[in-house]
Parts: sequence; C-alpha cells; structure tokens
Amino acid sequence: MSGGQTKVKEINTVEQIPFWRDPDKLAIFYQAVVLSLVISFGYYLFYNAQTNLAKQSIRTGFGFLHREAGFEIGESVIAYSAANSYARALAVGLLNTLKVSFLGIVLTILLGVVVGVARLSTNWLVSRAAAIYIEVLQNIPVLLQLFFWYTIFHSNLPSPRKSMHPLPGVFFNNRGFYYPLPADNPVYVWVGIAFIAALVAGYILRRWARVRQDKTGQIFPAGWCAIGLAVLLPVITWAVGGAPKELNVPHLIGFNFEGGINFSPEFGALLLGLVLYTSAFVAEIVRSGIQAISKGQTEAAVSLGLKPRRVLGLVILPQALRIIIPPLTSQMLNLTKNSSLAIAIGYPDFVAVANTTINQTGQAIEGVALIMIVYLFISLVTSLFMNWYNKKKALVER
Amino acid sequence: MESSKEITAGSELKPPITSVGVIGWMRENLFNTPLNSLLTIFILFCLYAIVPPLVKWAFFNADWTSSGQVCKESTGACWSVVTNNFRFILFGFYPYDEQWRPTVSIVIFILLVIFSHNRRFWNKNLIYVWVGGVVVMGVFMRGGLFGLSVVESTKWSGIILTLMLSLFGLTAAYPLGVLLALGRKSSLPAIKTLSIVYIELIRGVPLISLLFMSSVMFPLFLPEGITIDKILRAQVAIIMFTAAYIAEVVRGGLQAIPSGQYEAAEALGLDYSQKMRLIILPQALKVVIPPTVSILISAFKDTSLVIIIGLFDLMKTTQVTLSNPEWSGFSTEAYIFIALLYFGGCFAMSNFSRSLEDDLKT
Repeated sequence: MSGGQTKVKEINTVEQIPFWRDPDKLAIFYQAVVLSLVISFGYYLFYNAQTNLAKQSIRTGFGFLHREAGFEIGESVIAYSAANSYARALAVGLLNTLKVSFLGIVLTILLGVVVGVARLSTNWLVSRAAAIYIEVLQNIPVLLQLFFWYTIFHSNLPSPRKSMHPLPGVFFNNRGFYYPLPADNPVYVWVGIAFIAALVAGYILRRWARVRQDKTGQIFPAGWCAIGLAVLLPVITWAVGGAPKELNVPHLIGFNFEGGINFSPEFGALLLGLVLYTSAFVAEIVRSGIQAISKGQTEAAVSLGLKPRRVLGLVILPQALRIIIPPLTSQMLNLTKNSSLAIAIGYPDFVAVANTTINQTGQAIEGVALIMIVYLFISLVTSLFMNWYNKKKALVER
Repeated sequence: MESSKEITAGSELKPPITSVGVIGWMRENLFNTPLNSLLTIFILFCLYAIVPPLVKWAFFNADWTSSGQVCKESTGACWSVVTNNFRFILFGFYPYDEQWRPTVSIVIFILLVIFSHNRRFWNKNLIYVWVGGVVVMGVFMRGGLFGLSVVESTKWSGIILTLMLSLFGLTAAYPLGVLLALGRKSSLPAIKTLSIVYIELIRGVPLISLLFMSSVMFPLFLPEGITIDKILRAQVAIIMFTAAYIAEVVRGGLQAIPSGQYEAAEALGLDYSQKMRLIILPQALKVVIPPTVSILISAFKDTSLVIIIGLFDLMKTTQVTLSNPEWSGFSTEAYIFIALLYFGGCFAMSNFSRSLEDDLKT
C-alpha cells in the first residue's frame, strides 16, 4: 500500500522530474550542443583560414574583381579582352554557362520526348533502338562522353583548309562549325518585331478560342493558326521590306574562317554530350509518365469519340505532364550543373573562368563561394519557374 | 496443305499463317501501320549502313596486340592501345611489382558483390562482412602490415582509385545521409534548419565546385603544418556530396512509413533512438533500396570528375597513355574500352536495382 502511495505522489509532483528525462529541456540541451559544436567548428576553420591567408599575404574580400584579368577567353557573348576586369571575365563565363544550359535544355527536352515516345512505340525495332539509346547513354559517365565527342570534333575532323563542306556556305572543321548568316539589314529588326507580334497574337487567339469553346463547344484550330502566323508574318515583313537576299558567308582567310556564325568544337562537344546524356534520363521520365496514365483513360477518351491526336493532347498529356514535370525539373538542373564539366574540355564556362581567377589571384574562398552562389541562384530561379509552371498545370488539370 | 484438309465439326481451325510465327510477329510488331513500316525500313537501312563497317573496323581489320607503328598503318581499330597498356590503365602508378595487391582487392570486391547479390544473406552480418572486406582491401592497398610494403595513397590510381572513391564514399556517406535525413525530419528547429541548409546547399551546387573546394580551399582551413593528401580531400568532397543525396532518398523512405508506426513505437515507451533504430529505420531503409542503388550508380560515375582536380583515376591513366606519341590518335578505342568498363558496372547495378524494385513491390 505504502509503495503505491509514494508512486502517486511522484506522478503528482511534476516539478521533480529530473532535467535528463524532461523532453523539452533535453531538446534545448541537444540543440545547444549541436549549435555550439557547429559554431565552434566554423570558428576554428575561420581562424585557421585567417592565419593561413595572413601568412600567404592574400587579402580577403571581393576587391580583386575590379582588377585587370589579363587572360583571354576563347569565346564570349559580350565583348571581352584581356584588359577587362575579373568581374567582366566572370560575367562572360556566366553568360557562356547560361548559353549552353539554355540551348541544352531546349534540345534535351525535344530529343528526350522523341526517344521516350519511341520507347513506347508498337514498332519493336523502334522501341528496341530507343531502349539501347537510353541504356548506353545513361550508364556512361557524362565526362567520358564529353571527352569522346571533343576528341572526335577536335582531332578527327579535318583542318580548316580541308573543311568538310556538306552544303554551300556550311563548313565543318576542327576549329568549329561554320554557317552563313543573313547580312546586316534593318529589315531583320522588323522581322523580329513581326515574330514577337505573331507570338502575342497567337496567345490572344488561343485564349479567345478557349473562351469560345467553353461557350459554344466549337473547336477552333488555334495551335495551327498560331504556328501559321508565326511563320507567315515574319516572311511577309521580310518580303515587304525588299526581300534582302545577301548572306554573310564564311570564307577561308589564311588559316581560319571569317564571317558567318560559328560554334567552337568545345561548345559543340559540350552541348552534344550534355544533350545526349540528359535526354536519356528525360526519355525514361517521359516514358514512365505516359505509362503511369492508366489504359482506361485512353479507352474512355476513344469511346467518347475523340480522335487519336486529341486523345493524346487532351487526355493523356495533361495528366502525364503533372507526373513528368518535377523529375524533369531536376534533370534540367542536372544539365545546368553538369555544364560545369566544360572546364575539362576547355569551354570557358563560369567554373572554368572562376578557376583561372582562383589560380591567378589566390582568392580561393571567394572564387569557390562565387561558383556556389551562382549555381544556387540558377537552381533557385529554375525551380521557382518550374514550380510555378507545375502549379499552373496542376490547376488546369484539377 | 492445311487448307486442303476437310474441316470437320469440332476440329480447331489453325490461325492463318500470316498471323502466327515469324511472319505474324513481324506483321504485328514491325509493319502494323504504314508509318511503322516506313520506320522499320528506315532503321533497317541505318543498321545496314552502320553495322557492317563498324564490325569490320572493330573486329576484322582490328589490331589486337601489335605496336603503335603497325596500328597507324592499319584501317581497323587499334585495340593494342588497350592491351599494351592494360596494367597502366588499370593500376596507374601503383608499383609494378605490387600490382597483385590491387588485383586481390578487386577480387575481394567482386566476391563481396556476388555474395551480397543474393537476398538470402541480407541481414546484419552482411554489414560486418562488408566492413571487414573494405578493411582487408584497405590493408592490401596501403600495406604496412603483415610484411607488405607501404604504398602511399598518392600512388593509388587507375580503376582502383575509381573503385575506392566510390566504395569508401558511399560507405561513409550512407550513415551521414541517414543522420541528415533524421535531422531534416526532426522536431528540433535548430537541427532541422542546419540539416535543410546543408542538404539544399550541397544539392544546389555541382560536384565540381565541391572538388575545387577540396583542392584549393581545404588546405586554407587546416591548422598550420597539417596537410591532408589530395585523394583524401577529394574523398571528403565526394562523401559530403553523396550524403546530401542519400539524405533526400532516406527522407522519402521516412515519409513513406505510416504515422501509426511512429505512434505505436511511442506508445510502447521507446525513446527516440530506440524508435528510430528498431521500428522506423529498418522499414524506411528497405523501402529506399532501389533509389539508393541509383545513387550508388551516379556516385560511381561521378568519381570520374576527380580528373579535373588532377587525380589519376581510370580516365586520367587512359589520357596519360594517349599522350604517349606511340599511342596518340587512338583515343576512340581507349575511350570505348573505359566506356565498356563503366557501362558494365552501371548496367549491372541498374539491372539489379530494377529486379529489386520488382521483388520488393508488394
């Protein structure tokens, strides 16, 4: 009896619970321990870095960005010379990264969707071919693929004097890929404006068509009209503007080509390697996305009397997209991050330029921090955009 | 012949010859629509254009063991670049006379893999077997015990470096990743925030930036007079990187466990570590075995990146071979060889993960 009474007493006197059994206090204790460990470790690293930097007489901070870079960059979207500052050099690198990532993402999605759909083809040969494409490219490191393409572009293509010449004005050689560009003419500004106007008109047309369909049930071929507009309007503008036919054709001067537009072998190898590698993953995502839609959906749509194209466009794709978009986003980010392998084949992307900067200035911490910030920023913007798109798709689909 | 037979009641009519057998299969799978017929013909034409010259190049006209000079005059593939430099490509600068040691390590590794392939052996002992195996491999590689001469890790190169980086990387990253995942699901705000910041930070940046960090930044963070060799630093970067990805995978597993399991564990009076160790983690980790294998595959492929900070992995030893004037120009053959090695490893792993996925699906 007496034992039972003491137990009751203990339960009643809550304050007597020792702190090592009180979850709230323990939580605070654990967090304090972890935080102090992290902070003291961070301070230890900071302290070491300070003394080491002082010893090597490296000044910390981002002041070096304004100094003269003093190195050339092979290709650049904006004007750049060795006399420009490090900041401008890094900007050139960033733009090169964005250029290859953007083009790469667009091509990857196109190729990935084609291969993914081919994987599901009823044609045995086509689906086998797609399966082999996916397995081979997924299972070889992207860096090896980059080296492979780069050697082919750089060592196995002929020299500029013996360029391959598949079409008039188009040249392949080990310095790059050259093709003609229409010569400068004010008409092209108007053609560009016409193209943008056509896009806007197409968008408005689509909204109008949707409203009309909701009201009357009639379908208006807005997609085809928009494509027609986007092609016709610029062509008409070009014809009205006098139809300039002059081309800026690349031609051999000395040892190299001048004029036209070119891709360097580094850029070509990087783009090709990234697109082939990532498209294999995108193809798998597309395949599993489409397969995840149950067969009943297709059958129901067909029994409603929809044509095969409409079944795909109105029933399957809107549902499959919802499954496809999140993993697709992470593949797009992977492509962007993998573009940093450019440094291995000499394409001047952001990491390559930052690495040169680190080697020249010794500002290792700042350089690595810049690389990380830039990629984090790109990741953040891409995921924000894709999340927005994802939400939009999800809402439309309900 | 069949049609000439008299059809009697009750006898079964055989399907027409055009819908069974090879012809039927071809009609069904290759020529079922006009578009598919066109595609089939196009692909067959491509195969006809590509395969015979390729086979001729790779096998019939190929040189297998000749010297580089002979190769340069032949029209076929020059596999001699691989066969003549086989040991350098695989083992790099590891002392020539001691190269049986990495070979033994690789054999141990392969035996371990074969052993763990069978799900009958999947229990706690498997972990000890692996830890023991890794230690034995390390002893063989490093030496210094049992009369083996010491081989500094700076001399580890070639395929063994690739294997070690991915194996040690995953072994160390796995527990770290589990801890990070638990941290991310924790109810303690400070620990949760730290885990989230770490995971998202690492996942947002490319591996190459971490490798740069390891090669140029880590030395600045160490106290004076202490240096860690480059391979270990790269290994730390790979561990940090892989752990973040494992954490995300494990988090998925933790979320897949119904909350009833958590509540039941608490109702039994288990404390946090007991609850996680005995109830939640065994279930959660089992759910995420297939994605973990995917991470193993990408970690294996990603080790090739250490070439950028100047480590001599499989790819770098190949490039060193190719920089020899005798063998320059045969990069295609050499790259195909290491591509086959990587492909073999990754393909086996991904097939295994796929069959596991089917097995574990209940």
